[in-house]
Amino acid sequence: MKSKYDMLVIGGGPAGALAGKTAAEKGLSALIVEKRPAIGAPVRCAEGIGKEALCEFIDPDPRWISAEMTGATIVAPDGFVMKLGSEMAGSKVGYVLDRKIFDRELVWKAAEAGCDVTVKSRAAAPILEDGAVKGAKIEHAGKTTDVRADVVIAADGVESKFSRWCGIDTTVPVREIMSSVQYVMTDIDIDEQSTVFYLGNEVAPEGYLWVFPKGKRSANVGIGISGKKSGEGHRAKDYLDRFVKKTFPEGKTIEYIPGGVSVCRPLANTAADGLLITGDAARVVDPLTGGGIYNAMYTGRLAAEVAAVCIGKGDVSRKALMMYDRSWRESKLGKSIERNYLIKEYVIKLPDTKLNEIIHSVSNINMKEFSTINLIKEIIRVNPKLVLELGVLAASLR
Amino acid sequence: MLKVHRDICGYCGCCVSVCPEGALELIDAYLSVEKNCTNCGVCAKVCPLGALEVVDEE
Ligand SMILES: Cc1cc2nc3c(=O)[nH]c(=O)nc-3n(C[C@H](O)[C@H](O)[C@H](O)COP(=O)(O)OP(=O)(O)OC[C@H]3O[C@@H](n4cnc5c(N)ncnc54)[C@H](O)[C@@H]3O)c2cc1C
Ligand code: SF4
Ligand code: SF4
Repeated sequence: MKSKYDMLVIGGGPAGALAGKTAAEKGLSALIVEKRPAIGAPVRCAEGIGKEALCEFIDPDPRWISAEMTGATIVAPDGFVMKLGSEMAGSKVGYVLDRKIFDRELVWKAAEAGCDVTVKSRAAAPILEDGAVKGAKIEHAGKTTDVRADVVIAADGVESKFSRWCGIDTTVPVREIMSSVQYVMTDIDIDEQSTVFYLGNEVAPEGYLWVFPKGKRSANVGIGISGKKSGEGHRAKDYLDRFVKKTFPEGKTIEYIPGGVSVCRPLANTAADGLLITGDAARVVDPLTGGGIYNAMYTGRLAAEVAAVCIGKGDVSRKALMMYDRSWRESKLGKSIERNYLIKEYVIKLPDTKLNEIIHSVSNINMKEFSTINLIKEIIRVNPKLVLELGVLAASLR
Repeated sequence: MLKVHRDICGYCGCCVSVCPEGALELIDAYLSVEKNCTNCGVCAKVCPLGALEVVDEE
């Protein structure tokens, strides 16, 4: 660890790893600081990712893929099952990762490209000069060191504090935090090639419960419920325990994972003087699915690309760095976050009876391109009445 | 006063993200509560495990 870098990255998750790797590839000196003693552990994720999304960043490798998915299953509140698959029956549509290894691989790739990495090293405060971010105070093994940088990338996840210390409000509204728990379970009867989503106010109010296969007779079994619906006696853990007792009474839990996923709109502002905010810290999780691995990698890489240009021009002011904020908002990713936010707002208000009705309308869909948006388009196609209810939103879905 | 039941907490950071005061910080496997906590209880509500509790000060 040196005392000065072109770029300093706070957090060694997917966002930070991609930022560090991209910076090094662009010829910048960069450092990733990770507060935990090990990259990737403990896992706080159901580890699902679409095939195309993953391949945009890295070629699938059996070392960090737990299971390959050929479809998805949605279970309505009344138990009715909807099956989603590819037009090409049996072809892969997504993966369930092993993030302990995957996250390490991403950081390893950053290191290989020339980025410095330090673990059990916490950014404890920003270095601020005339309101501009100039680096961070890094705590490691009882010592605090000043690390200065032209640009700091906040990639510090859902528990992000760094941008808040720089004066940016990152508070997630209570109703828009998915209060989550997941058990990694073994010795259970599952469909080993399909992710399963359970919907309904009894099962998971304003959220969903998932069973994501991790290989032979094992799966990530988890739940996210709206923070608004959480409270003593009816927390995420209470709902999950009830489900597990009923569905997998003989299963064994080998990992116990609480977590929080933001499903709010992204931060109003993801750039400041000398600072860019990425991944969960920027609240760019897909509000409908709660998926954030791809979004973290995307924003991490983009942030480093923009930082490299700005550092090259000698201007790291907010005005110059705003190119990052504009680019991701205008991208396919930015647009799908906004659209899925509106869909989520609609879906969470649906009573169970209505959800049943919608899911009953399509029991089998085989999609040319497997995606949430194509599923929604198909649902609207067979339920033309929904167009009226969705109003303006429907127009953007055609 | 906000009490952290450390035997229940799974250090996930869910609570940190909703605190309007920025009074919580997850320092690896240790949740710290700063003095500016107003005992509003928002964090205790969302904790998936029920590890936080606002208790009367003695
Ligand atoms: C229960 C659950 C299930 C999920 N399921 C899925 C899923 O199936 N698919 C999907 O795509 N997404 C899923 N997500 C979301 C996904 O896990 C996140 O979106 C993704 O990890 C975000 O990556 P990130 O790099 O932004 O943040 P993180 O992966 O959280 O990484 C942030 C890192 O920063 C470190 N850090 C924080 N503060 C500091 C500091 N001050 N100094 C140094 N380091 C610091 C943290 O220790 C952490 O390692 C799920 C999340 C949860 C909680
Ligand atoms: S939300 Fe609960 S389990 Fe998670 S860090 Fe906060 S107190 Fe601990
Ligand atoms: S009680 Fe309120 S102010 Fe105190 S830590 Fe919790 S959310 Fe923050």
